[in-house]
Amino acid sequence: MLTQVQSLPFDKEDLTKFAEQRKEPKWFTEKRLEALALAEKLALPEPEKTRITDWNFTNFNYDTTATSVQTLEELPEQLQKLLGKNEKAGNVLVVRNSRPVYCSLSQELRDKGVIFTDLATAIKEHSDLVQKYYFQVTPMNQHKLTALHAALVNGGAFLYVPRNVTVTVPVQSIYYQDAPSSGLVAHTIIAAEENSQVTYVENYLAAPSVGEGTANLLSEVTVGANARVQFGAVDHFTKDIVTYVNRHAKVARDGNLQWALGQMNDGNTLSENATLLEGDGAACDTKAVSIGSGAQKQNFDNYIRHIGKATVSRLLVRGAQKDAANSIFNARTKIERGASQADGEQTQRVLMLSDEARGDANPILLIDEYDVIAGHAASVGRVDPDQLYYLMSRGIPKEKAEKLIVEGFLKPVVDLLPIEGVRVQLAALIEGKVG
Amino acid sequence: MTVPELKIKDLHVSVEGKSIVKGFDLTIKGGEIHALMGPNGTGKSTVASAIMGHPKYQVTGGSALLEGANLLDMAVDERARAGMFLAMQYPSEVSGVTNAEFLRTAINGRRGEGNEIPLMKFLKTLDKKMDMLEMDQKFAERYVNEGFSGGEKKRNEILQLMMLEPKFAILDEIDSGLDIDALKWVAKGVNSMRSENFGCLIITHYQRLLNYIKPDVVHVMMNGRIVKTGGPELALQLEAEGYDGMKAELGIKDDETVEA
Repeated sequence: MLTQVQSLPFDKEDLTKFAEQRKEPKWFTEKRLEALALAEKLALPEPEKTRITDWNFTNFNYDTTATSVQTLEELPEQLQKLLGKNEKAGNVLVVRNSRPVYCSLSQELRDKGVIFTDLATAIKEHSDLVQKYYFQVTPMNQHKLTALHAALVNGGAFLYVPRNVTVTVPVQSIYYQDAPSSGLVAHTIIAAEENSQVTYVENYLAAPSVGEGTANLLSEVTVGANARVQFGAVDHFTKDIVTYVNRHAKVARDGNLQWALGQMNDGNTLSENATLLEGDGAACDTKAVSIGSGAQKQNFDNYIRHIGKATVSRLLVRGAQKDAANSIFNARTKIERGASQADGEQTQRVLMLSDEARGDANPILLIDEYDVIAGHAASVGRVDPDQLYYLMSRGIPKEKAEKLIVEGFLKPVVDLLPIEGVRVQLAALIEGKVG
Repeated sequence: MTVPELKIKDLHVSVEGKSIVKGFDLTIKGGEIHALMGPNGTGKSTVASAIMGHPKYQVTGGSALLEGANLLDMAVDERARAGMFLAMQYPSEVSGVTNAEFLRTAINGRRGEGNEIPLMKFLKTLDKKMDMLEMDQKFAERYVNEGFSGGEKKRNEILQLMMLEPKFAILDEIDSGLDIDALKWVAKGVNSMRSENFGCLIITHYQRLLNYIKPDVVHVMMNGRIVKTGGPELALQLEAEGYDGMKAELGIKDDETVEA
């Protein structure tokens, strides 16, 4: 019989050395070691209908390096295109092979007390503040992958918006991997205090030179009372990179969170997106799109938990499946006892573009309160023949017509992304993947 | 340039195994506008859908030659590129695709790769045609037919007709559900298309639309085929006597195939 327990390819000594080189505060290194012990004993998560036991979550080079740049013009063109232009530029962090290579934040925002920097810098310069938020939304011991994340974290971002501050220009992080066999273990903290507003967009990209690699991404978002956060993301790792991505938020009284996630990885992906509506009147709107292609396996779990009274959630998930791709979409809306007048609605639609592709949409409503509104819709289907006929009847060839329909189907997330370069990138990724 | 010709001969069409169109003949030349009238369920829309190639309709016999080439042998998009256009009774909604994007793709589909319409020229033409139909400019950026009222959808069909400039168009009950103003816009659009190089078949129940678009020929269809052909006065006669009067005149009983 095969044993489930495999020893990890790194130990306490490796991690201690790694932490020392990085001159981390003691509490952070202790977290690493605590997490290492957990990673050794915790099991992998068991996502429904997706077998991940043979995915590589542990073997990769986590100690990569990169050289800083002085100006954005020195970055690869591919990255420059993603940056906001003119009035939308200025607040950006660029991370290459998990090392920050460029970071800027406008003086105006600094003066208002906004903090935006890479995680390594943040734990040195704002140690107490980071500690207050680090692994507070997501439990480190959720499963082996969260523990592995905490043990090996090698990059990330910290964004702090103080009370009553409105950030009008989007804040952007771009992560780029090109080191062979590398792994990005990026931890993002977004803390929006009471009555603040901010829009954050993150991009993940990789070059083919990585080959087999790993990404273990964890974002924790804290939305304070009456605060508004828009969180946009476009993930695009190459086909031999295994991705675990966990985006987790909690929303306080009357807070509002919007997720716009373009999940365009070419490799195997396990995605957990969770939002806790803790305070009364808290609301969230989750929109996520993805395309499965090749022999890719993906599992998307979108979870919303209503705790406060009169909390509102909207969840829209759309996925297109081509080639021999296999994706599972779970949407879970949980309304806790006491969350009276909660209103949760979820819709998942999966479009199948080939006979070999597999897709599953599982709508789950768990309701422990009487006075609520909840609804779900889930469908897995093919391109509507009437739509196809309509477009073709105007002279558009079948393949092109199908492409238009699929691109249109995934448009709800593209439209939400606040930075034009990122919108264009996602549209181009969709076009390329559908093509 | 010779005047284009659409020649439908002995067309037979079934839907889900049921024979609906039974020997339909019609020839239209460029410059002509024909009206096809007849009671509900007589096969008018089936003719239109079969000629455009809707997958639900099985052609079991006959031909539809557009300048000598049989449309019925072509894929739907090829029929369109050959010069056919069908303004549909129930146009589909296509979420996430803007009207402008849709039209530009359709125009470029016709023009072929390397010969795409310049963007500025496209936008100028679009503006002009939308003005003519008194359509708000924001329709260009709205998703195809999504959230459009019945009248807006019909106007959008005519906008496509004007942008794509086909050789032949079939308007399938374009007047149903239109108020009098919308009817006038539709008529204005169609009339603006009139030329030697454009022929049109208007399918309608009512004579009303024909007050605004004067047909050269009027056909009456019953039980799957054309039973009478005449000038514009035929539509007026129908309006006055109703289809029952015509049935009595021609000795047609319901659900009976008329022998030649």
